[in-house]
This record gives sequence, C-alpha cells and structure tokens, in this order.
Amino acid sequence: MKTAWTTTAALALLAALPATAQDESLSGTLTIFSDMSNPAPRAVMEDMAARFDEMHPDLEVELTIIEREAYKTQIRNFLTANPPDVANWYAANRMRPYIEAGLFEDVSDLWAEPEIAENLASTKSALTVDDKQWGVPYTYYQWGVFYRADIYEEHGLEEPADWEGLKSNCQTLLDAGTKCFAIGTKFLWTAGGWFDYINMRTNGYDFHMQLTNGQVPWTDERVRTTFANWRELIDMGAFIDNHQSYSWQEALPFMVNGDAAAYLMGNFAVAPMREAGLTDDQLGFYQFPLIDPDLPMAEDAPTDTFHIPSGAENKEAARAFLRFVVSPENQTLINGGDALGQLPVNAASEVDEDKFLEEGFEMLSANAPGGIAQFFDRDAPAEMASVAMEGFQEFMVFPDNLDDILGRLEQARQRIY
Amino acid sequence: MTATDRQATGATWLRRNRQVVAPVLFLLPGLLFFLVYVLLPVAQSVQISFFRWDGLGEPDYVGLANYRELAGDRAFEVSVINNVKWLLLYLLAIPGGLFIALFLNQTVTGIRLYKSLFFFPFVISQVVVGLVFTWFYDPTFGLLNAILGAVGLGPVNVLGDPALATYGIIVAGLWPQVAYCMILYLTGLNAVDPEQVEAARLDGAKGWRMLWYVILPQLRPATFIAFVVTIIGALRSFDLISVMTNGGPFGSTRVLSFYMFEKALGEYGFRMGYGAAIAVVLFLIMLVFIAYFLWSMWRQERGA
Repeated sequence: MKTAWTTTAALALLAALPATAQDESLSGTLTIFSDMSNPAPRAVMEDMAARFDEMHPDLEVELTIIEREAYKTQIRNFLTANPPDVANWYAANRMRPYIEAGLFEDVSDLWAEPEIAENLASTKSALTVDDKQWGVPYTYYQWGVFYRADIYEEHGLEEPADWEGLKSNCQTLLDAGTKCFAIGTKFLWTAGGWFDYINMRTNGYDFHMQLTNGQVPWTDERVRTTFANWRELIDMGAFIDNHQSYSWQEALPFMVNGDAAAYLMGNFAVAPMREAGLTDDQLGFYQFPLIDPDLPMAEDAPTDTFHIPSGAENKEAARAFLRFVVSPENQTLINGGDALGQLPVNAASEVDEDKFLEEGFEMLSANAPGGIAQFFDRDAPAEMASVAMEGFQEFMVFPDNLDDILGRLEQARQRIY
Repeated sequence: MTATDRQATGATWLRRNRQVVAPVLFLLPGLLFFLVYVLLPVAQSVQISFFRWDGLGEPDYVGLANYRELAGDRAFEVSVINNVKWLLLYLLAIPGGLFIALFLNQTVTGIRLYKSLFFFPFVISQVVVGLVFTWFYDPTFGLLNAILGAVGLGPVNVLGDPALATYGIIVAGLWPQVAYCMILYLTGLNAVDPEQVEAARLDGAKGWRMLWYVILPQLRPATFIAFVVTIIGALRSFDLISVMTNGGPFGSTRVLSFYMFEKALGEYGFRMGYGAAIAVVLFLIMLVFIAYFLWSMWRQERGA
C-alpha cells in the first residue's frame, strides 16, 4: 500500500517537474464546456486544456467547444441535465439567473486564497453576487474610442479631453464631409455602449449602476440629461446614416474607407481594422472624454469567465483548473497578441506589447477611479437590456420619440425588477 | 375448446374485421406521431402559458397574467398587425404565380430551362433569399438605390425605415412564393381539358373571358392548394425576418412567431410562459384557417 502511494506521488512529481510545481495529484476526468469557438479563442482554449492535461497525468481533460451563440441557449440545458466540471460564461448580472437557480458553485474559497485575492482584486466585484464569488475571470478588454489618427492629423485635430472638445472635433470633421462616428445598431447592443459612456460621464458610475439595477426610474431628470447630451451628437449628424441597417462589422468599412473618423468599440474591433489594412500609425485610441468634470472616470470592461456548475462531479480538479487559468503565467500566455489579444486579469502578469492593449491596461488600472462596468447588457437584467437597447436604437433614429421611449422603459422597469 | 378451435376463431375475428383493422394499423404510426409531436406540445404550450417560468427554476402559476400583459404590450400589437400585413400581401403570390404560369405554358424551344429558372428562387434557401435582398436594399451599396439614383430618385433605406421594412421583407418573401404558386399552376394547366378550350374558342371566347370562365374554374384545385400553402407560408414567416432585420428597426418588423422566439428562446428572453402565451395566440389565428381548410376539404369530399 505504502509503496503504491509513493510510486504515484513520485510519478506525479516527475510529471510536474517540467511544468510549474503541482503538488496535488488529481485523477478522473475533467469535462470542460467552452464557448470559445472563434478561431483564435478556440486555439487558446485547446492549448490551455492540453497544458493542464499534461500537468496532471492521472487526469483526463475532456474539452467540448460549442459555437458561441448556440452556447448561450445550450448552457441552460446542460447545466441542469448534464453539467460539466467547468463552463464558460460572463460576469455580473449575466450569471445571476444561474446563481439564483443554484446552478453555479460558490467559489469564494478560491478568492480567499492570497494568490487570487491579491492579484485579481480588480475584477472581484464583477464576479461577486450576494457577497460571494461564483467563478473566475480569464480575460477582459477595454472599451473606448478608436480613431483614424491620419484623418485627425489632416484636419489638425487632437484627442479630445472633454465633451466640448469632442463636439468641436466632430464639427470640423462634418464640415469636411466626414462623419464623426461609425456605428452599426442592427443588433442593438452597440447603442448600449454609447448609452453606458454618456450616462457614466453625465451622472457617474454609481448612478449608472443604480439605473441598471432598477433603483432609479427611467423618467428621472438625470436620465433625460444623458439623452440630451447624446442628442447633441445626433442632431449634429455625428453618426453614420442608416446605422440601424448594419451590424458592427458591416459598419467597419465606413471607418476603413475614411467616411467616418472614429468608432466607440471594444478592443476586439482592432483585429478586423488591422486586417482591413489600417496600420497602427493610422489608428489611435482615446478614453471617452469627460462630460461632468466633477465625476471620476468610469469604464466599460466586459469580463469573460469560468464557472464550476454545482452539479459538477470532479470539483477538486475543476478548482485546480480555475487556479491554473488565473495564474500569472497562463494569463500572460493566453492574453498575448498572438492568442486572445486582450487584457490579463492577473495583476502579476504581463500585458503584451501592443499599443492598444498597453493603452487600455494603463487606462483601466490608472485612469478609471470611478469604477469598472461590465457593459449594458451584462449589468442590466437580460429583459431590461433588450427593451432598453431597442429604445436606444429608436432614439438614435428618431430622437423626438424620447418621451415615448422613456415611458416604455419605465413601464418595463416596474414589471421586471 | 381446443387450441385449434381458439386459433380458428382468432383468425376469423381478424378476417371478419379486416376492413377495420387494416386502416387502423396503417394510421397508427401517423396518429401516434401526431399525438406526440403535435397535440401534446399544443396542450403543453397552453399549460405553460399560465405560468411564469425562466426554463430553469420552478414555474410559478400566474393564471391569465401573461395574457393580460400581452393585451398592453405594444410589441405584441405590432407583431399582430405585421402578421395581418403578411397574410394579405402574401396572397399576391397567387395571381403572380398564375400569370407567370400562363406565360410559360407554351411550347417554345428551351421552355424547360425558363421554367426551371423561374422555379429557382423556391429551391434556394430562405436565408440566401434574405441575404440577396438585404444586399439589394443596402442603403449605401445596394442595387436598388443605384437604380433609383439613375432615374433621379433619392436614396431610400427600405430595411431601416420602420414604415417600409415589413413591406421590404414581404417582397423578398414573395419572390420564392410566386415561384411555388407558379409550379402549382403549371401542373394544374396540364390538366386543363383542351376540348373545353376548343369549344370555348368556337363560341368566340378569348383573352380575359376565356381565362375567367373557362380556365380558372378548371384550376380550382390548384388555386385551393396555392391558397393553403401561401397562408401557411405567411404565418410561418420567420427566417427572412431573422436574416434581414432581426425584428428591427426597433422591433417594427416582428411577427408573432419571431416575437415568440425572442421572448422564449432568444438571447435576452427565457420567459417561457410569456412566449407560450404568444404561441397560443398564433395557434388560435392559425386555427381559424385550419378550420376553414378542413371544412372546405370535407365539403369537397362530400360533393365528390
């Protein structure tokens, strides 16, 4: 008996030697369901699973990758019927229904470990519901204004520091026949980004969170101020025409062809812009400018996560996998420019040498004292988000309908919360 | 009674009731599937529509609350109105198909090729039809605006304008539906009695009068089928809307089936009870037509 144990331990030790020191020996199978189905994320996920498998010789890692959109509906079935040991999802309110249905495991114990508690502090609030943590993040990315530096230079424009600057830049561009912002609102959520930023800059992060949590009526005067600010841009004609007919990808050519000079988007827009032929000299990035100078800047930075379903069979291995995902080395590796090309969640890991990632990391760690929001459709409950984003789209096309839209949103708020 | 006796009576019972047993046996699989895949889900949908349920937790019984909410829901109202627009305008496929069929019903070299070309839109996927029309309507690069621009008319964003979008999608839907009706009429025209046409011609009938009094009455069965498939097609419209506008701009192109999907199964939905209530309303609308079809088929059978 004793010899057998020593042999296993020795084998485990031997296998762990080349990788990082892993003293626990895990066995059985670890099933992972992942939604990282786009080519680059898929390679990252497969590589992560393979490396974890290698570190634990007695453990068999079974990875199933499901198409990202299909995953959003399938997760409901597999969490109840056939739970894996680890599953992908999103932070904040998007995970609340599963927590309330008791389908996600409380992993507060992981967050109590100093390694995680110290290095992942910045995303802790996004994974916290009812003072407990329900998963770990593996990547996040900044939002902000990506702009055509060459067009700005041609018209002698600077990155705007405040709302007035943004509007005067915009006027110059419009006078030259260029639209200020590309946007495609066919799938609604892009308008949510504009609302997030204008509302957080007009009324602050705390108010924005109260609003998305249903504690403030949509007919509130402060909400109207947000829309009034937004309307200034709409009335100028700042956004491209017919944006309601385009997806965000279909709106990219406007920016690439120089018909529009900037795009409020997440960092994931950089890759297609580069592929379309824009060089890093032509592209710039700036933080969404302040509107009310007294308010601290707050940012959107959506976080993607891993969770352990409460019906998981191999929770010990699942916890080890979560620890492995957030470890500084793995974070550096998977968020690199040749992998996900996003920001690592671990403060001890390194950001890849990419000007947008560096600027984004700098912005989020040093220049977002107000707080970090997830994104409108993750901060607000799903149903409120869908009604509201539809209203935002209507407002961007018919700003005169505002009263009607706000009345509808308020009605929805009273029913939903 | 001996064993052979019993066997004999068994055989005679089967022989005696052969007229009843055979059709029952043949119908049984069909009836079983109809029960399991149609009737039970209908009953289940009705049941779910009285609950508030997110598909995960325990359903809460809420009585008629979902239906009361529907009554005040503007998106639902828009969906019903759009369904009516679909029903009415989709019927244009029937005369459209008829005239193309009449036009193609002649013997010219290569007519088979022309027929297949006209039939083509029905063969390709609705998703492809949707994409083709989306590009056609595209406000910046689309062919439609290029043509309008050439004759000096302003650009129009068909799918981005809440007043036009639904009509734009119906036109796209008519393209394959006209082809479908055309093929039905082409087969129907084969069955038109040449002697009757000859007789009518001797009596001096031609043009519209010939069509109305001689040809059309003989095409009645084809018209009936065209009517049925068109009505069903109109009520099932979903893929085109999903591909072309995704229900937008701001929900102006939703129909009941799409709204039901959004509420029950869409990314921001999972209100199973509410979705089921919408499905029940759609079912009731369909039931009106189903009842009419069954009634007219029963009448025809009795007449024959």
